[in-house]
Amino acid sequence: MTPTLTLFLIISAALFSIGLLAALSRRHAIFILIGIEMMLAAANLNFIAFWRFAPQPQAPTGVMVAIFSIAIAAAEAAIGLALVISVYRHYRTTNVEKLDQLKG
Amino acid sequence: MSTAAFIVIAILMLAGALAAATLSKLIHAALCLVIAFIGIAALFFLLGAEFVGLVQIFVYVGAVAVLIVFTILLTRHAEEPTSGFNWSGVLVAVAVFAGLIWVILQTPSLSAPAPVIEALTVKRIGEVLMTDYIWPLQCVGLLLTAALVGGLILVMEEKR
Amino acid sequence: MTGERVDQIFIIAKQWLLSLLPNAPDWVIQIASSLINISAVLGVFMGLFALISVLERKILGRIQNRYGPNRVGPFGLFQPVADGIKLLIKEDIVPLRADKVVHFIAPIMMAATAILALGVIPYGRNMTPFSIDGGILFFFAVGSTTELAVFMAGWGSNNKFSMLGAMRAIAQMVSYELPLLITVLPVIMIVGSLSADAIVAAQGGYVLGGIVPRWFVFTPWGAAAFILFFISGLVESNRTPFDMPEGESEIVAGHMTEYSGFKYAIFFLAEYFGMFAVSGLAVTLFLGGWHAPIHLLEIIPSYVWFFAKLAVLLFVFIWIRGTLPRMRVDHVMSFAWKFMLPMAFTCIIAAAVWHYQSHGVAGWLWSLAVIASVYFGLSWLVDTKKKFAPRTYRFAE
Repeated sequence: MTPTLTLFLIISAALFSIGLLAALSRRHAIFILIGIEMMLAAANLNFIAFWRFAPQPQAPTGVMVAIFSIAIAAAEAAIGLALVISVYRHYRTTNVEKLDQLKG
Repeated sequence: MSTAAFIVIAILMLAGALAAATLSKLIHAALCLVIAFIGIAALFFLLGAEFVGLVQIFVYVGAVAVLIVFTILLTRHAEEPTSGFNWSGVLVAVAVFAGLIWVILQTPSLSAPAPVIEALTVKRIGEVLMTDYIWPLQCVGLLLTAALVGGLILVMEEKR
Repeated sequence: MTGERVDQIFIIAKQWLLSLLPNAPDWVIQIASSLINISAVLGVFMGLFALISVLERKILGRIQNRYGPNRVGPFGLFQPVADGIKLLIKEDIVPLRADKVVHFIAPIMMAATAILALGVIPYGRNMTPFSIDGGILFFFAVGSTTELAVFMAGWGSNNKFSMLGAMRAIAQMVSYELPLLITVLPVIMIVGSLSADAIVAAQGGYVLGGIVPRWFVFTPWGAAAFILFFISGLVESNRTPFDMPEGESEIVAGHMTEYSGFKYAIFFLAEYFGMFAVSGLAVTLFLGGWHAPIHLLEIIPSYVWFFAKLAVLLFVFIWIRGTLPRMRVDHVMSFAWKFMLPMAFTCIIAAAVWHYQSHGVAGWLWSLAVIASVYFGLSWLVDTKKKFAPRTYRFAE
């Protein structure tokens, strides 16, 4: 048995859920970013898998989307981490639940 | 595509991801995230997208992971956030996973075997990138420049 | 015919070894072939490492007007064996407060990445151990992982000198990775491929009656890119004059402070393997890989030429180490961003000019003009303004 598209999709769904878990249940800002990165990577895996199992893989659309998505994820990580650092400078914390200045 | 390699890589990758999401020490979590990223790159190799796999390692392991560990280093004097879990998040994640699995298993058209294709060369990717995808490429260039400038402005020393 | 035999002797030997496994399934043959490649690369470079470690000390001794090691064996050639035994029987000390797992994994990861990077370099005709389409990208993808290993060593040791050394190492590696990558781009542009084999093949042939080879280093953009690449390679492999990460006089041994015995030896090995990898890539990209310099000398096997060029570059590495003092951190960084990066971009433009003048004499001169004008402009901008500024003194408080 060779791995089928279903297997790849299950793996990527598991990765997405783990990323969601990290983003929703951790209070540290860096963990949230890690979770988002994992979810993006899961999406990339889906793109590549759909490209490979498509009836016409000659057009590398999935590969292109994955490449652009990696570039955007890198930009997102850079900005996100810069935000974490500047928030830390202001409030001396990286715990997102303590950043509640706007709360009524 | 060999199944043994697939299973080993998938287990390693998911274990790394799970460790990255649940470990209490930040630096260990970041290093486990690297394992997960390398696993994803290996899956890309297995799927025949060598270029994307190499870019994945180059960008994520070489740049994003280093950025993350640097940020951890620069913010390490923050008081440790309470290590407790937000259990409602776990519940949501499990529910989403169950939903996704249910949808995937319900879809009958997914079991088609992979068609035999000629290898996707870097040259072909470059040609497509420079013809059909030239506008997205320019936009990504603009986005990366904006991210560069924005990142610099965000972490600049504040004048008091 | 015999010349060709000698040229391909290792390929023939490998095929003979594989024929010892008749009617084995495909995957067994594949794994056996990979294992043969891996052991060949490891064996050759372990030997080269031992040889270079003693030759470096001999050459440094000669530069500093003294004998190098000369006690163990003839001319001190067995010195690496003695060193190895000494390092193996030393006690392996792990600090009490160290992050033990990270501390343990760091040297392994360091050596693994250095060895992986050696895999994509063509050592001779048909002699690329791991021949993939994106070989050069593979090299850089693997090489960028080194930064993480350095960080792990610095963090895992839980020592301020280790952390300072790791910070310095990562800062300079990130800064110089950009010029290193961008100086490779003109070669890839001209060849139109990311595969190391194609790049070497594009440098075959001779001009001017078989005397001058078509190596990229003989074009203005190639020469400039080669020099920039070599400087960046010095930084990436943490060699003098850019070895502030392990500057003994300031921060003990940088990220290697808390390592002893065999783990230290592995760091040492990884540093040398990194040096081999960068030199090997420089040979592949700019010095024509395994091609002979003159048409007449093509009877000498290709791998001899590769290793001869590698030896010359390694000698230059050692020569620079014996000659130049260590640079200051801020000087290294400002040099990277103010000089190396603009010059690297200039190489791309010069290569494009050369290409569109159809690789002739006119293109040669035009690309020389581009590089020279940017070089002098940059020197004027970066240098003269500082030279006449009033000197400021700062004292420790």
